[in-house]
Amino acid sequence: MGQTETTNKNDILMDIVNVTLRFGGVKALSDVSFNIQRGEIRAIIGPNGAGKSSMLNVINGFYTPQEGEIWFEGKLRPRLKPHQIAYQRIARTFQNIALFEGMTVLDNMMTGRMIYMKSGLLSQLAWWGKAEREETENRLIVEKIIDFLEIPAIRKTPVGMLPYGLQKRVELGRALAAEPMLLLLDEPMAGMNNEEKEDMCRFILDVNEELGTTIALIEHDMGVVMDLADRVVVIDHGEKIADGQPDEVRNDQNVIDAYLGVSH
Amino acid sequence: MFYREVGEFKTSYPQDSESFGIGLDKYGYYFVLFIAFVIIPLMINDYWASAVLVPFLVWAIASLGLNILTGYCGQISLGTGGFMAVGAYSCYKLMTSFPDLNIIFCIILSGLITAGVGILFGIPSLRIKGFYLAVATLASQFFLVWLFNRVPWFYNYSASGQISTPERSVFGILVTGPNVQPWAQYMICLLFAFGLAWGCRNLTRGSLGRKWRATRDMDIAAEIIGVNLLQAKLSAFAISSFYIGIAGALFFSVYLGAVDATEAFGINQSFLVLFMIIIGGLGSILGSFIGAAFMVLFPVLLKNILVGWWEWDAALATHLEFISVGFLIIVFLIFEPHGLAQLWRLLKQKLRLWPYPH
Repeated sequence: MGQTETTNKNDILMDIVNVTLRFGGVKALSDVSFNIQRGEIRAIIGPNGAGKSSMLNVINGFYTPQEGEIWFEGKLRPRLKPHQIAYQRIARTFQNIALFEGMTVLDNMMTGRMIYMKSGLLSQLAWWGKAEREETENRLIVEKIIDFLEIPAIRKTPVGMLPYGLQKRVELGRALAAEPMLLLLDEPMAGMNNEEKEDMCRFILDVNEELGTTIALIEHDMGVVMDLADRVVVIDHGEKIADGQPDEVRNDQNVIDAYLGVSH
Repeated sequence: MFYREVGEFKTSYPQDSESFGIGLDKYGYYFVLFIAFVIIPLMINDYWASAVLVPFLVWAIASLGLNILTGYCGQISLGTGGFMAVGAYSCYKLMTSFPDLNIIFCIILSGLITAGVGILFGIPSLRIKGFYLAVATLASQFFLVWLFNRVPWFYNYSASGQISTPERSVFGILVTGPNVQPWAQYMICLLFAFGLAWGCRNLTRGSLGRKWRATRDMDIAAEIIGVNLLQAKLSAFAISSFYIGIAGALFFSVYLGAVDATEAFGINQSFLVLFMIIIGGLGSILGSFIGAAFMVLFPVLLKNILVGWWEWDAALATHLEFISVGFLIIVFLIFEPHGLAQLWRLLKQKLRLWPYPH
């Protein structure tokens, strides 16, 4: 990992300030603040129903918080739709795989490059000029990611036919295809066996180190979190209860109470 | 044994993404085009043109249109008949209002007008899905047909309420009206069908097509990738309606010559096109053609055998046709939801390995 732990303001990619999210009377997130530094792996952990996924949904625009601000790249983010946020190069994977089942691996990943596709209708209709050029240029980048994830053999297989572990990998690939500034991973290791987990950890670390992508991930496997993350934020009942380096967080009394329960 | 990739070396990504990647596919495609463009026009007669080939091509265009919307973008529509009526009546109004305008432009403009109407009726798709959307499009079906029956301006105040096509020609060759030659009828439909199928293939494999398919498969994921769902769905409605409008214009001006909105563009036609794409194959261009061929040829074939050879009662044969089409649709929905096109794909897959089992 070897990230320098400076909290220089310029290094902050995303700053989440006092975010409160309510669904009717239920408070999913209350007054949560934390930041994500450029180039780090930031883990968000917490017990079931703590509000972790809600946090990711706030970041990529599915939910609009009632209170609070989100600063991205030093600018206050206005209220945007999810497809507009994609253009800020924030990509994500889902807890339950959300691939396009009827499409091949290649098509899924090419769809991941949607934000770079700008050819007009007539050019696409004739498959001539910009549309064809764009297709080849983007294919080149997608092929690099296919190589990187070691899945060239299945590039033309419909994703519905792939086993679970590979589908997770393809979903990571689809997110990477957008060349994201910030990559959000919602339980990338859920439901995997040990070997698949190790592969996935390796890919996440490689993405972080080789491509320099900033990653925010939600994960339940504590061992994985402690190994991967540079910094960890812990959420329980919609409130932030701890924030810091993995070692600090692990020994924090509040965190231990939240996970193990506390006698009242 | 002969149908395989062995020996085909792709050295660039454009080559790799060709539509007909395997040599035999390519030659098969050229062969079919040769037959369609050269052999058939030489041999065609009035019966084949009016009973089989021209309706096949017109319905194939309509199926392509509905397949864009339903097969590729996942939005169910039961308004096909209504949109064909828009195409037909636009074509009629354009032909009679601008007698000097070439019929080709009239037909394309009719498609564009239908695209506009399609966008209008596609707006509910942003809020509702599945069956509810089907019901909403059903409303467009009934409304549009009602409109063309009730507003005399659309049929130029003719006493019968029907519209009939004036004679028009392209490069001096008559293509509409009662005196048209069968081969001219066939050729104009074929040119439109070929051009539109080619365009459909390009659109569906490009970035717009991926937008549609992403919307169909997982709209939430599509949205976070940067697909504007509003734009994706409305573009599918627009382009689908453009195709269906052209089919309607050809159906009226080239094929039938005179139509009445209720008879020619009723709800039955909407279902007919839907059956075509289900039997042919959802999300497949080949499927649109196979489905249209099947639904056009099947009744003709059945009638020829039952009435012509076995001398059954004609009414009985028609009833049997309804029963067997209904039965076949159920069979396809259960056993092969991807239609005849999928059977063709499986056959090719087997052929690649033949004579080995796997």
